[in-house]
Amino acid sequence: MPDVVPYGRVTQRPSPVSDIHILWMTSGLSCDGDSVSVTAAMQPSIEDVVMGAIPGLPKVHLHNPVLSYEVGDDFLKYWYQAWEGKLEPFVLVVEGSIPNERIKREGYWAAFGTNPDTGQPITTNEWIDRLAPKALAIVGAGTCATYGGIHAMQGNPTGAMGLADYLGWDWRSKAGLPIVNVPGCPVQPDNFMETLLYLLYQVAGLAPMIPLDDQLRPIWLFGKTVHEGCDRAGYYEQGDFADYYGSPKCIVKLGCWGPVVNCNVPKRGWMAGIGGCPNVGGICIGCTMPGFPDKFMPFMDAPPGSHISAGTVGLYGRAVTALRGITNHTVNKEPKWRHPRAELTTGYRPRSY
Amino acid sequence: MSTITAPTSGAPSKPRNLVEMNWDPITRIVGSLGIFTKIDFENREVAECYSTSSIFRGYSIFMKGKDPRDAHFITSRICGICGDNHATCANYAQNMAFGIRPPGIAEWIVNLGEAAEYMFDHNIFQDNLVGVDFCELMVKETNPGVWEKAQRKPANGAKLHGFKTISEIMTALNPFTGSFYRETLQMSRMTREMFCLMEGRHVHPSTLYPGGVGTVPTVQLFTDYMVRLMKYVEFMKKVVPLHDDLFDFFYEALPGYEKVGQRRILLGCWGSFQNPDVCDYTYKNMAEWGKAMYVTPGVVVDGKAVTHSLVDINLNIRILLGSSYYDDWGNSETFVKHDPLGNPVDQRHPWNQTTVPRPQKRDFKGNYTWVMSPRWLDKRTGDHLALDTGGGPLARFWSTALAGLVDIGYVKATGHSVKIYLPKTAMLPETEFEWKIPQWSNTIERDRARTYFQAYSAAAALYFAEKAMKELNAGRTKTWTDFKVPDEAIGCGFHEAVRGVLSHHVVIREGKIANYHPYPPTPWNANPRDSYGTPGPYEDAVQNTPIFEENGPDKFKGIDIMRTVRSFDPCLPCGVHMYVGNGKTIKTIHSPLLGNQEQSGHQE
Repeated sequence: MPDVVPYGRVTQRPSPVSDIHILWMTSGLSCDGDSVSVTAAMQPSIEDVVMGAIPGLPKVHLHNPVLSYEVGDDFLKYWYQAWEGKLEPFVLVVEGSIPNERIKREGYWAAFGTNPDTGQPITTNEWIDRLAPKALAIVGAGTCATYGGIHAMQGNPTGAMGLADYLGWDWRSKAGLPIVNVPGCPVQPDNFMETLLYLLYQVAGLAPMIPLDDQLRPIWLFGKTVHEGCDRAGYYEQGDFADYYGSPKCIVKLGCWGPVVNCNVPKRGWMAGIGGCPNVGGICIGCTMPGFPDKFMPFMDAPPGSHISAGTVGLYGRAVTALRGITNHTVNKEPKWRHPRAELTTGYRPRSY
Repeated sequence: MSTITAPTSGAPSKPRNLVEMNWDPITRIVGSLGIFTKIDFENREVAECYSTSSIFRGYSIFMKGKDPRDAHFITSRICGICGDNHATCANYAQNMAFGIRPPGIAEWIVNLGEAAEYMFDHNIFQDNLVGVDFCELMVKETNPGVWEKAQRKPANGAKLHGFKTISEIMTALNPFTGSFYRETLQMSRMTREMFCLMEGRHVHPSTLYPGGVGTVPTVQLFTDYMVRLMKYVEFMKKVVPLHDDLFDFFYEALPGYEKVGQRRILLGCWGSFQNPDVCDYTYKNMAEWGKAMYVTPGVVVDGKAVTHSLVDINLNIRILLGSSYYDDWGNSETFVKHDPLGNPVDQRHPWNQTTVPRPQKRDFKGNYTWVMSPRWLDKRTGDHLALDTGGGPLARFWSTALAGLVDIGYVKATGHSVKIYLPKTAMLPETEFEWKIPQWSNTIERDRARTYFQAYSAAAALYFAEKAMKELNAGRTKTWTDFKVPDEAIGCGFHEAVRGVLSHHVVIREGKIANYHPYPPTPWNANPRDSYGTPGPYEDAVQNTPIFEENGPDKFKGIDIMRTVRSFDPCLPCGVHMYVGNGKTIKTIHSPLLGNQEQSGHQE
């Protein structure tokens, strides 16, 4: 029989990389909410990616503690293999804020596994130090890992920060990729899986370098504001504002930060187009932003500037846009206490360490 | 698989060959939890168990000085699978502190959201995380003899769930390839859509506020929910018999399996689903409105209800330092000397706790965890009881059944059981399930109750939806009550997180948070030996558990231990460790690494 390729298969090219591992650490200061969130994704779902339901990708081996069949050493062996350079290539996903382990004499804030030599826990930071040089790419899942998030709030005792604060904002993987940040508290399920899918396409040679903004976010997901995607923006344009929760009108006067927050949730919905934030009556608290949470608190107060912008829509359009630009810039900056220096500057004064 | 840790030494009280084993991390839970054990393979039992947690975040520290209205947004982030339970519980505490009562429809909307959370969370945990411990791959690896039996054992509920034998059920539970695994994962998404309809986003809701919700009640909102709910109701008619078949089979295939994970019946439930007709959020009336909840709060000791009053429950909570990395707060400020009824409040009550972290080396003879030991003081005996939650559903059912108060058409508590009525669905007729008080508080019954509680939540949601639509149709659509934050106030919220008891205690001074202490279920379940030497529930349940796994130390998976730990539905944004060696035996029972204690959990 001649070896004839069926006509349809001519279009199918195997990925130049046959297998890829995804090592997913949930042991930052986290709530595991990003892992749980990702189990809700349907575009694509975890099964779609792991079971090979999308053409052209390498075979994906997912190592995530929430979903893994293996336990204990059977599970941890992949981490050791990756450290030894025997698990090539792999993508490291980090979930949770990175604590500052240098601000105290001993002990740990966050750990993952036990060091067989000392019997002491292996800190999360130690694992990041071991694995970052070997990873094809590092992805921050959720606002804790990307910028510090809730656990990096003013007055926190752990000196928590984001991955880029820890590794450096100009960090590059051995493949030349910057840290990829997919913020959100938690991360919107499809936003994360779509970013991962993009990286897999890139690995397979099917997509160019992932386009990221200066906060290392995928531009196609975070290039627009909440307000730009909100179906209540029409009320805003008419100057018709809600003055109680539960009203279907624009809730900017009730604490919604949508006009200055980079996020696609009202447009995309939370899952299957359902849910979200201001589009369904929940004020935007800026949970995707580097300045979250501090620059948005108290959450239920009207954002500064919203009185001006809300009251003068139409009349002062240009001035309002400029004001918003300033605020957007401000909330796109992390508070200054998020840093890897060996000092705690969050405002909390420890008596005991 | 596991690793042997340091060889042990010390004077055994009786000579036994013990192997130290450690699994780190324990996967398929939420968070990190470490469990260290010593196993007696000759006598096939766990001799000692220790668990440890590996994360500290400091919520009660960084919440100080913040606006009390922010509490629910912040505390939702404590947990990534039941964050909404925290947000809801924080709202309850805020409502009390601010002196407000949300409109009825707001409470029905929250109840519908929380019911969807139980439906989702129990579903994904049971069949995508716990279920793997019962799947074909796992059973073949740990108990080939059981797999043999499963292939020959017909499933009683085959007509309903479609699996002819127990082994077919096990195959369907294989991760990612099993048909039931895949169906439940998909179902966990539909239930999250239901959740998002009511609370905006999963897992950190967007539409909850003190005083009510921002959700806009419309005909469409409830249509979208009901259509999905009825699909879940039909699904339950298959899932309950499927799990009954699977769990009954384990008792039959492995005589004595009821001893796995068994502990004394010491259960706590803090109640769930407010009744807006009764609940005014005043502390004064708390015992009354607590009893009107649609899951009845209670403390159950040795099968008898000690109390169903939230005031009793509240006043007798004690937080003991145990072996944790914190400084004592005995001499710190007492924020609340008396509750609003004039009862004295203990210094070790959450209202008066001051959290002072002291990071240090892990030392199993000294301090080895970030979790303190919550206890409930039984005034009758003076004992500080190490209550567990039974993973949530077991305690909820037990308390609700004994109280005999819930009677809403779809659900009826009888005093010794809870009846659940599910109406006709597209393909299946009306169905009644009855959860009966079991003989044991053990691994299998914790898991069984979880399945039944999925059905309970669906049935209760049918009632809540009817009540909500009645409000909507009557034009009572206001979902929020305005308020002012008082300068000085205290509040407490009681709720059931998916995996068990949840409380939030807040003290407000000068309009800011002066003290805030949440107590989720896992600190109750996963805590270390306390100041009185009483072990926490995990260690207690794992210790003396018989080993049914067929593997020896070299290939030991610790499956019976894993099933026990997971039966509590651990949720520690932390890790479980268990050490097992490559079969090297150590003749001793005292280990320099382990010392004599155990503990685990994350709390903050």
